[in-house]
Amino acid sequence: MPRLVSHPDEVKIVSRRFGQGAAQIDRYLELGGYAAVRKCLTQEPEWIISEIKASNLRGRGGAGFPTGLKWSFVPKQSAKPKYVLVNGDESEPGTCKDHLIFQHDPHAVIEGAIIAGLAIGAKLGFIYLRGEYRGLLEIMEKAVAEAYAKGFLGTHIFGTNTEFQIITHTGAGAYEVGEESALMESLEGKRGVPRIKPPFPAVVGLYGGPTVINNAETIATVPHVIEMGAAAYAAVGSPRNGGTRLFSISGHVERPGVYELPMGYNLKKMIETVAGGVRGGRALKAVVPGGCSTPVLLPEEIDIGMDFDQVGKAGSMLGSAAVIVIDDQTCMVEFALRTISFYQHESCGWCIPCREGTDWLKKTLTRFHAGYGTAKDIDNIQYLAENMMGRTFCPLGDAAAMPTLAFIKKFRKEFEEHLDGKACPFAKSADLVVV
Amino acid sequence: MSDESMSIFSPRLAARLDALAARYPVRRSALIPMLLYAQDEIGYLSDAVVNEVAARIGITELEVRNVASYYSMLRFKPVGKYHVQVCASISCMLRGADELYRQFQKELGIGPEGVTADGLFSLERVECLGECCWAPAIAVNYDFQEELTPSSVPDILANYRGLALTEGLEPHA
Repeated sequence: MPRLVSHPDEVKIVSRRFGQGAAQIDRYLELGGYAAVRKCLTQEPEWIISEIKASNLRGRGGAGFPTGLKWSFVPKQSAKPKYVLVNGDESEPGTCKDHLIFQHDPHAVIEGAIIAGLAIGAKLGFIYLRGEYRGLLEIMEKAVAEAYAKGFLGTHIFGTNTEFQIITHTGAGAYEVGEESALMESLEGKRGVPRIKPPFPAVVGLYGGPTVINNAETIATVPHVIEMGAAAYAAVGSPRNGGTRLFSISGHVERPGVYELPMGYNLKKMIETVAGGVRGGRALKAVVPGGCSTPVLLPEEIDIGMDFDQVGKAGSMLGSAAVIVIDDQTCMVEFALRTISFYQHESCGWCIPCREGTDWLKKTLTRFHAGYGTAKDIDNIQYLAENMMGRTFCPLGDAAAMPTLAFIKKFRKEFEEHLDGKACPFAKSADLVVV
Repeated sequence: MSDESMSIFSPRLAARLDALAARYPVRRSALIPMLLYAQDEIGYLSDAVVNEVAARIGITELEVRNVASYYSMLRFKPVGKYHVQVCASISCMLRGADELYRQFQKELGIGPEGVTADGLFSLERVECLGECCWAPAIAVNYDFQEELTPSSVPDILANYRGLALTEGLEPHA
């Protein structure tokens, strides 16, 4: 079972019930659960949306779009039913926070989904988990059954005349389905291919109805925002970045783990203090700050606050807040190859720049890392990546191109050291395994 | 399809698929879960599985294959009883996923997507399992195991060999 970690700098809001047995509904109630939704039932939908807006809660999936604003785009009147969709297709390499939410606090996801439903006037919500999370889906399903048994879900939730139902749903292996429109396609029983936008899901979403789709962490945060009050929650974070974030710190650190820290927490301190520094006292080479699609940062670039705006200013992105730490014994060409291998595997093939781009990048980097690269390859890699940017339906093409461009820009010398048949200077063994 | 005698699935699974088909606003939404649950029981998406799922949803077999081929967990050929999936993504790579994978290869004597002669194990390198902070990780069927080293491999395999033996001794339900 994944190990829970702790550090004095943590501000435990979303993770405050982790390790407390809150997957059981009675324990969740003991720990103050389902109070937020009861409060919302006495309020107008507009109040809920204004609270979420004022809290500066932004989407935890990666894009950081203001959650309250997203909810406000859903039309009040709609001929078609409206839906709430919880995105638990967590698949961005480096990211494993939703894993802990489903395991330790499934009722927070249910409670958040009900509140979202009240806010937009939806009667049905879906919780979509990636197929690999079968054990977590079973925890989620049990929690949903408990909520039905207590009358918290159904046609008359909490004894009112309000209806809200939840359906849990399993995927079957696809990173692309984490993209909101692809997830809707998948939930409709189709290939997970993205839809062209506009229209946006808030207007035309699942089954053509207005749909709010949020990351599982965002939804699990909602009850805490209501409970604490928007102002108190916003005050925890930095300007325009409310609250905390579950940071998944992985790679070459002494104490990897998921830590809940305030938005804007210093990245350097996060690595050196919270995660115990680079493993084995080695030197830091690079940091990927927000999941493998975000451009890599050099050690001199990490003295920044971890929120959407500050990381953006540093030329990268906060993304899914998955901090991947890389030590000086790592070959960045191999790291780039492994990153692009992921996107090549996960590209759905719908948009040609992404399908062909990721494939050629993988081929070129594989040959390059094996020692058969030419000087022209480096420019070609850059040219390919540049031409994928902004030319696809969904952000997967950009997600593959952005880190690649950063690797070439910041580690060009290391690429050059692989030229002319020279063996990889970091090779631990002769054969590289490629998926 | 409520007539169980028509189904290739166990009565329990057939009942589960009936419930799945009825729970969504649109029947087709049940397709992917149905395929995965069917695969869990049969081992892979055989022609008979595709045929029955197509009939249950009310679409053509071609449509079922078109959707199924998109999802990496859905497969059209059998794997071992214990399908060992070693994560190859970056966080696991940084903490020794390659060495771990090679050890599995060595101990099992099979290559990528191979199956052992006794049908007990198969091996696959997969993309991110969502276990990045507890790397390197594997999944055996749906069971995650974290923070492994090459020296963990013999015990893991022995454990599943023992499990297979125990299960083999139990009368079929």
